[in-house]
Amino acid sequence: MDFFNHIINGLGLGSIYALVALGYTMVYGIVKLINFAHGDIIMVGGYMVYLIMVKWGLPIWLAVPASIVICAFTGMLVERVAYRRLLVHNAARISLLITAMGVSIFLQNAFMLIFGTDPKLMPPLFQAEPFKLGSFELASTTVINIVVSVIMMIGLNLLVNKTKIGKAMIATSEDSSAAKLMGINTNRVISFTFAIGSALAAVAALLYCNTYPQIKPSMGNLLGLKAFVAAVFGGIGSIPGAMLGGYLLGVIESLTKAYVSTTLTDAVVFGILIIILLVKPAGILGKNRKEKV
Amino acid sequence: MHLLLTKDLSIEFGGLQALKDLHIEINNREIVGLIGPNGAGKTTVFNLLTGVYLPTSGAMRLEGNSIIGKKPFEINRSGIARTFQNIRLFKNMTVADNIKVSMHQNMKYNTFSAMFRLPSYWKEEKKVDIKAREFLEIFGMEDKADQLACNLPYGQQRKLEILRALATKPKILLLDEPAAGMNPTETQELMEVIRRIRDQFNIAILLIEHDMSLVMNICERLYVLDYGHLIAQGTPEEIRTNPQVISAYLGS
Repeated sequence: MDFFNHIINGLGLGSIYALVALGYTMVYGIVKLINFAHGDIIMVGGYMVYLIMVKWGLPIWLAVPASIVICAFTGMLVERVAYRRLLVHNAARISLLITAMGVSIFLQNAFMLIFGTDPKLMPPLFQAEPFKLGSFELASTTVINIVVSVIMMIGLNLLVNKTKIGKAMIATSEDSSAAKLMGINTNRVISFTFAIGSALAAVAALLYCNTYPQIKPSMGNLLGLKAFVAAVFGGIGSIPGAMLGGYLLGVIESLTKAYVSTTLTDAVVFGILIIILLVKPAGILGKNRKEKV
Repeated sequence: MHLLLTKDLSIEFGGLQALKDLHIEINNREIVGLIGPNGAGKTTVFNLLTGVYLPTSGAMRLEGNSIIGKKPFEINRSGIARTFQNIRLFKNMTVADNIKVSMHQNMKYNTFSAMFRLPSYWKEEKKVDIKAREFLEIFGMEDKADQLACNLPYGQQRKLEILRALATKPKILLLDEPAAGMNPTETQELMEVIRRIRDQFNIAILLIEHDMSLVMNICERLYVLDYGHLIAQGTPEEIRTNPQVISAYLGS
């Protein structure tokens, strides 16, 4: 029954990837930008919890919502300051991509300057007894990760499919200039998308810190990259795709660690990505867009 | 006061003068046609009126208020809606949702009440849903409400685009070649519908069209463009016999 345990652990890890992947995929869906600074929003979220709880000694029920709000705000700020002008003037995609990398480097270095380069220990955020299910024992962090990520995704699905701002998001992603001419303030929709994506990254940061109680300025790099892989894996631009990609990546990683090799994990994960993209270039749930002539 | 007025409206792209000193006036409840050979600048006029392009010089006023420099969504909200020459529906949304998106700015509930399903959300959502279906009835398309827009036949996609524009509650509706690709029966039906829309919604309509039978039949006044210049204006009868127009279309 070890196998089952590895799968559950993989889902727990995958929950974090999935939440981060949602941010990549939503932003890509709306403005066709790979926001490479998205991984660093996780780092911002981690440091905010650290600042509020460890440095200022405030309680957790204050730290959690505060870090989510600050991250959402940071996401909007990044969009407003770094991307807005490029988007409005229809800059080349490559300029946006390079700007995103610049923002990522800026954020990491800014936090290095403020907090130093050494890793900081985090106090455990949510503690609970291990869950017992017959002969099984599941770590509480795994269960919390899965439950929180599922709740977030249900909420996001309702938001996108059932609300007017969600419809405006879909309309903007399908044809932003037509959406403008139907009275939709697309700049606000884009700003909102960044806020939601960053808020989800903040939730991912909380789960991450709860699972691996350590933060450092470069923590967003590999986590962000893997979440990006998950988004591409599932089909970038597709919300269910990002969730599926995230969970799958977590499970693959966990199984590789258990049965193949711990050191080769990342090689296997990225290797699988290459194979999937060779077979299905648009990702698992991605649509192959046919251009009409 | 005119509903819509442009004065000395000009735009250049680099060295190309796409439109020079355009004067047009449109009154309430008028159906006006904008015609001219290909490349005359007709769609450019629409792009200027909706804020997609910024004019190089000149004035545009809607009910006396300047709309120059306003963003497309602001102009739309102040009362100008349009359709496109090549259909630009939100293809992967349902027919009803395409219309609901346009009612967006008129909906009252906020995101919070939507996520928690508060009564205000249900009430507003139901109202909008009924409204959207009422719009579809104008073209007898209420049975298509839950289909994806991309699955509609071509003629109905064109009609849906008109409905989507109408749902933003415009004071003036700009139609860019509404009859393009329609067969004679559909065009006939479209003419009746355009009149009906004007009567039912009390709005003005400015349309670009190459189908002369449609233009001559329903437009009360016409403006003729050629190479970015207004070469004639008047009733369909006057235009039909205007030598300048004939030479622009046939060459001389």
